[in-house]
Amino acid sequence: MSPILEVKDLQTSYGTVNVLAGVSFTVEQGETYAMVGESGSGKTTVIRAIAGLAPAQAGSVKFDGQEIRGVGERAMRPLRKDIAMMFQDPTGSLSPRLTIRNLITEPYKIQGMKDRDLDAEAKRLLELVNLPAHFADRYPYQLSGGQARRVGVARALALEPKLILADEPTAGLDVSVQGELLNLLNDLRERLDLSMVIITHNLNVVRHVADRMGILYLGRLVEEGTTEAIFHEPRHPYTNCLLSANPEPDPDARLDRIALKGEPPSLVKRPTGCEFRDRCPMASDICTQVPHWEVTDGHGVRCLTPRHL
Amino acid sequence: MSVTLLEIDNLSVDYETARGDLKALRNISFDVNKGEIVGIVGESGCGKSTLISAILRLIAPNTRFRSGEVRFKGEDLLTRSESEMRGLRGGDISIVFQDPMQTHNPVIAIGKQMTDIQHRSNATKAEKLATAAKMLGAVGIPDPELRLGQYPHEFSGGMRQRIAIAMALMSEPDLLIADEPTTALDATLEVQIIERLKDLQRDLGCAVLFISHHLGVIAELCDRVVVMYAGAVVESGTVREIFHNPKHPYTRRLIECDPGHIKERARILPTIPGEVPDLANLPDGCIFRDRCDQAMDRCAQVPPLARLSEGHNAACWLNHAEEVA
Amino acid sequence: MADITTDAPAKSRSELSIILAGVVRDPLGLLGLIIVGAIVFSAIFAAWIVPYNPIAMNIPDRMQGPSWNHLLGTDQLGRDTFSRVIMGGQVALKVALPAIFGAMAIGLTLGMIAGYGPKWLDNLLMLLFDTIRSFPTVMFALAVVALVGPSLQTVVFVVMATSIPTYGRVARTQTLTLRNSEFILAERAMGASVARILGVHMLPNIIGVLAVLAAMDIPTVIALEAGLSFLGLGVKPPTPSWGVLLKDGYALIRQTPWLVVAGGLPIILATLGFTFLGESLRDVVDPKLRKNR
Repeated sequence: MSPILEVKDLQTSYGTVNVLAGVSFTVEQGETYAMVGESGSGKTTVIRAIAGLAPAQAGSVKFDGQEIRGVGERAMRPLRKDIAMMFQDPTGSLSPRLTIRNLITEPYKIQGMKDRDLDAEAKRLLELVNLPAHFADRYPYQLSGGQARRVGVARALALEPKLILADEPTAGLDVSVQGELLNLLNDLRERLDLSMVIITHNLNVVRHVADRMGILYLGRLVEEGTTEAIFHEPRHPYTNCLLSANPEPDPDARLDRIALKGEPPSLVKRPTGCEFRDRCPMASDICTQVPHWEVTDGHGVRCLTPRHL
Repeated sequence: MSVTLLEIDNLSVDYETARGDLKALRNISFDVNKGEIVGIVGESGCGKSTLISAILRLIAPNTRFRSGEVRFKGEDLLTRSESEMRGLRGGDISIVFQDPMQTHNPVIAIGKQMTDIQHRSNATKAEKLATAAKMLGAVGIPDPELRLGQYPHEFSGGMRQRIAIAMALMSEPDLLIADEPTTALDATLEVQIIERLKDLQRDLGCAVLFISHHLGVIAELCDRVVVMYAGAVVESGTVREIFHNPKHPYTRRLIECDPGHIKERARILPTIPGEVPDLANLPDGCIFRDRCDQAMDRCAQVPPLARLSEGHNAACWLNHAEEVA
Repeated sequence: MADITTDAPAKSRSELSIILAGVVRDPLGLLGLIIVGAIVFSAIFAAWIVPYNPIAMNIPDRMQGPSWNHLLGTDQLGRDTFSRVIMGGQVALKVALPAIFGAMAIGLTLGMIAGYGPKWLDNLLMLLFDTIRSFPTVMFALAVVALVGPSLQTVVFVVMATSIPTYGRVARTQTLTLRNSEFILAERAMGASVARILGVHMLPNIIGVLAVLAAMDIPTVIALEAGLSFLGLGVKPPTPSWGVLLKDGYALIRQTPWLVVAGGLPIILATLGFTFLGESLRDVVDPKLRKNR
């Protein structure tokens, strides 16, 4: 089976600022891929560029075999029922003056599907995300963060898409309800055979939702592999730092933290050689060279001194 | 000389709204001792923001103090005048807010903002600038003297938050209130800042009231923890007691739900079903009853915040088994 | 998420009733509502409530002061002033409402296009707005009147044309602000057309602000009409308008001061009434807008 999404050397620049410096990854059908990165990594730009909402000056994005990078809005429109997006701000991504019913049936109206019974669809979708039917008459400002998120999920699923692009699906959610959303996504993914790309900086989320993951730094992937492999055998020093920057809810936990020095560098003046070396705890003289992407057993890393176990 | 710095004593605060009174805080009681780091853990709607605004008296016009006292160094802050409160704020009691993007005045250079804060001191301008530079260095800003002339937008979010901490600690306050100071930051920045905060607190010896919903950070940083739910304190105790021996179902479930401790991929993640109760329409009895999997008949009565052992209090009937008979 | 200090109601009442309730709660708003209500009522039912025919001349009774027969006296042609004032109200609204609604509709459309469309179009429209605004209203009126002669329609046209830039600018600013919101991005992600984004998602969020602006604008427009009529550039006699009353009263101020009062007082009342109402509306609508964002 061909992959549902193939991204090759995707590049995005805003003026002279190079936000994405060549991102490549593949998502198989039915798979959940997590793109992990911090502020400035370009993770939000990646999915927006895939969805055609942010510019992409070079590279290729193939959705189900069809090239979509840089094609106009007209060509994208029919694909918009196959690619659905979920945004980071749960209430902010809902048009404030529409009722929930109108919000989740918006995709039908946009695609001109006038023959559907929109009330019935609204009911079906609310049920799908475990929201009570009477919520259809509410407005976004009357919902909690968790409820608004579920409305976002319902809307994304309205037209039975093949691929969901989710930007920080659990951001801002209380820990006690985070699980609800993740369980819902897992469940729906199995039932509807969805493929998903999830953007997040929360590694805890990734562990329970993603099959494969990629670590993004300054607009480039520095490591990629199965979730298992990355958590158990991280190879890139940045991945190590990310994994150890996760304090456990246990006051007696050992703090063998790998400290990350300094601040993320400015995108305007990209560092030479390995872009991570100024902050890397393992940097050495060899790192003035530019590292290349190397894959072993499906586990890719861009580092001149990677860890080996 | 008493070692207790801040005493919240039976504090109850409502908000008057068109729908009725929102009972945002109900009978809140806990202490902060000198030099201690106390964490307040709670999720949305637990009342953390109301608590902070009550302590500092930076309140919305529809706030009503129904009962209780907020004693700082023995004196009830709620009876102080506004000018007295202004003297305290930024002086003996400092605060760091959540959003580093909104904390600083965007049109004034950082150096000037940091010298303005020192308005209580009699030092010369040069001395104040030197203090400011020293503080910036202490929070890890490189080349502090050069950066004093820069504006907030020239710093990243993480740096701005560090500057906010520097500004809050410059007056060497007795109490630092930190309201979700790292929630808006990436994890790697968060741990950097927590480390700094720990070092600074050790050097200055100030007490810290640290509000967060991030259990990992609370576990790492705090000496004692207060767990809040929907406007009430459900449990309080030392950090070890709370994390290793929780005595309230909400605390237990909260710790279980934190994915930080679930090491292997879980097919179904634990969650607390239901919603936080409507503060204008409180249910009878225990506030957590509707979402608790161990609720009993007795829970129709509000359980008191009972002392279970030295420094460990919990509000749950399950701890009163011997009294049931 | 609802802000805990203000809280969101569990059920959504109709928006209009919420706004109305807010206005009524404010004493000045209530006063404004009453005054505006009275003016609108008398404007609509003018033909039935006028004691005399406003244009019927009655020379023997001319230039009388207020009496039980003539509440505000009579003018130089014996016409009942009170009736002319009421009819003047109808004329004022006949000018203000179409002019403002027209300006609002056109300004809204052009403003949204300027705010959402390409930069060159924005620049062009801004140039257009600035050009219109730099024209002194009276000169513009003079030019139009010279072309087509004075009439009610002329006044409506002049007022509408000169008001468009105000609404256009506000609509444009709102559009620019909302353009980058997440919900607009979400609509684009779903493939919504520009027309749909502007009409279904932008417009309802902008119209509130424009409506408040319009309410505050009505007294300005009424004064404008009065001014133009005073200069003879407005409605033709014998149509009564508050401006015409002022003009007649001004000429006869030594003989009978009541005409000036009759012309000026309704303008003052209308200005106060609409301003109170407008400000109250803004206070009610604004926090709602903020919460909804």
